Amino acid sequence: MTTAVAPTGTVRGDKRAERSAKKRKGIRSPYPTWFYIPAAVLFLVFFAVPTFASFYFSLTRWTLFTTQFIGFDNFVQFFQDPALSQAFVNTFIYGFVTSAAKVVLGLALALLLTSPILGRGYLRAVVFFPVLVSTIGVGLTFKALLDPFHGPVNAVLGFLHLPQPGWYTDPNLALLTIAGVDIWKGVGIATLIFMAGIVAIPSEYFEAARVDGAHAWAVFRNITLPLVRPAMGTVIILSLIGGLRSFDLIWAMTNGGPGFSSDVIASVIYKEYQAGFFGLSTAGNVILFVVVTAVMWPVSWFLNRREAEL
Amino acid sequence: MTARRFARKYLIGIIAILVSFVVFLLPFAFIVLQAAKDPREAGLMGFSFPTQWQFFQNLVDVLQTNDYQVVWAFINTVVITVFSVAIMVVLAAMVGYLLQRKKSRWNPVVNFFVLAALIVPPAVVPTIWVLQGVGLFKTIPGMVLIEATFGLAFAVLLFRAFVATIPRELDEAAIIDGAGSMRLFFQVILPLLRPVVVTVIVVQSVFVFNDFQGPLYFLPGSDTPTLQLGLYNFQSQSVSQFNLLFMYMLLITIPPLIMYIFFNRQIVAGMTSGAVKG
Repeated sequence: MTTAVAPTGTVRGDKRAERSAKKRKGIRSPYPTWFYIPAAVLFLVFFAVPTFASFYFSLTRWTLFTTQFIGFDNFVQFFQDPALSQAFVNTFIYGFVTSAAKVVLGLALALLLTSPILGRGYLRAVVFFPVLVSTIGVGLTFKALLDPFHGPVNAVLGFLHLPQPGWYTDPNLALLTIAGVDIWKGVGIATLIFMAGIVAIPSEYFEAARVDGAHAWAVFRNITLPLVRPAMGTVIILSLIGGLRSFDLIWAMTNGGPGFSSDVIASVIYKEYQAGFFGLSTAGNVILFVVVTAVMWPVSWFLNRREAEL
Repeated sequence: MTARRFARKYLIGIIAILVSFVVFLLPFAFIVLQAAKDPREAGLMGFSFPTQWQFFQNLVDVLQTNDYQVVWAFINTVVITVFSVAIMVVLAAMVGYLLQRKKSRWNPVVNFFVLAALIVPPAVVPTIWVLQGVGLFKTIPGMVLIEATFGLAFAVLLFRAFVATIPRELDEAAIIDGAGSMRLFFQVILPLLRPVVVTVIVVQSVFVFNDFQGPLYFLPGSDTPTLQLGLYNFQSQSVSQFNLLFMYMLLITIPPLIMYIFFNRQIVAGMTSGAVKG
């Protein structure tokens, strides 16, 4: 810090003069910059340092005590191993499926729960409650409910003479089943945000539309949908970040199986860590970092731009 | 017209309530029923009433498993939650307050890092390396600091949005009355932030309480378990005791449930003000 004084000396000098002038008059800034410091220390030590260190460690064979520099071998291995590259694809599928479903279902539920229907308070409470419940608990409960042999869901399907799929034992279905449970658990938060967005729309717009004799669909398309866009941006961003990073539910339900069919990058990171491949695990982290940033940066840019236009 | 509106209100409402029963309440009913069965019946995973209710017996059994491991896990989890959320609230309030009130050249930097911390997934193994470096790996204080750090960004966003609603005139009045910057923040501003403080406490403590990934990486081994880790390990250790597994689940669902019942309105208000406007 002190070494940087020389080139910016004049600017600093001006500020210092200004500050000492204020001091002479007895006015000191009531907002001391050191308020940033405690949070900054935590952030630097436990977040920034590990994040920057991960770029180096991802290029090494690492045992936590010794490192051996091996260049991009970890990344090459990641993308050549079919099990690992499947996780890469799965991460995108999982993130986009859960996010899209939360937007559509969340908006539909929010429309329902802001219209005058019977039992609205109860419905709002019950939709939001799963958000608060332990993900591991939800995962294990649905594992029992969807059990292919004894589970109640397949018992009902069998009773109705419908096919009884192996929800999380069928490799083609496992990832989507978990995504479905994720949507069940997380749709409450999307609904809540959409509800806030809809309630914030001035009621004059709806009244004007009613006077003009607009149908429900026209009102939705021309008033609700455009004006609820900021809320939609928030829902998309939150659910995408959560979906791309998701781990708990997948780990509780399938451990990434059967085979590697429901593995995502986050579960691969844990598996490689567990097996002692710390370098490879950290490379997974760097890939997840790149994936999340590469998706979120354009998405948030696009959403913010549209918002500004309105 | 009135007939249509009547139909809309009641018919759709009744359908929605019925659907909500199947979709949202039955899974919870399943947990309660399973928790009251004997091991054999619970293992069948049927959706039926237990032939013999042994709810209390299962409760005692699950508490006693592995030398009262659940009780220890409960204590650990509560300690981690209380301390990490306390740190989060004070530090994030300071940052949010300063970001909103003072225009300095640090603002863009801080804003950038808040956004980055929301988006970037934590680098887990290097974090373990750092924790080992400072001697806090596999310790409760280490876990507290990690949870506090990971929750900071979201809390800052909520605080920043809320500080904007507190008029600056209050600051000026306090300053004229001779309050220093510390007194201004801790005795004038922080009490006014109370609604959002409650929101942050509720939202983040539910999050920390339910966190699985953090303890999985940073508290491995069974000497300092948390509830979520304990539930997961319980599931892999005792395959034949589904009744106890579901009793465990029921137990760890109760604290968030109580939180929700007490702070329902608060959660909704705080989440929306922070999430939509921030």
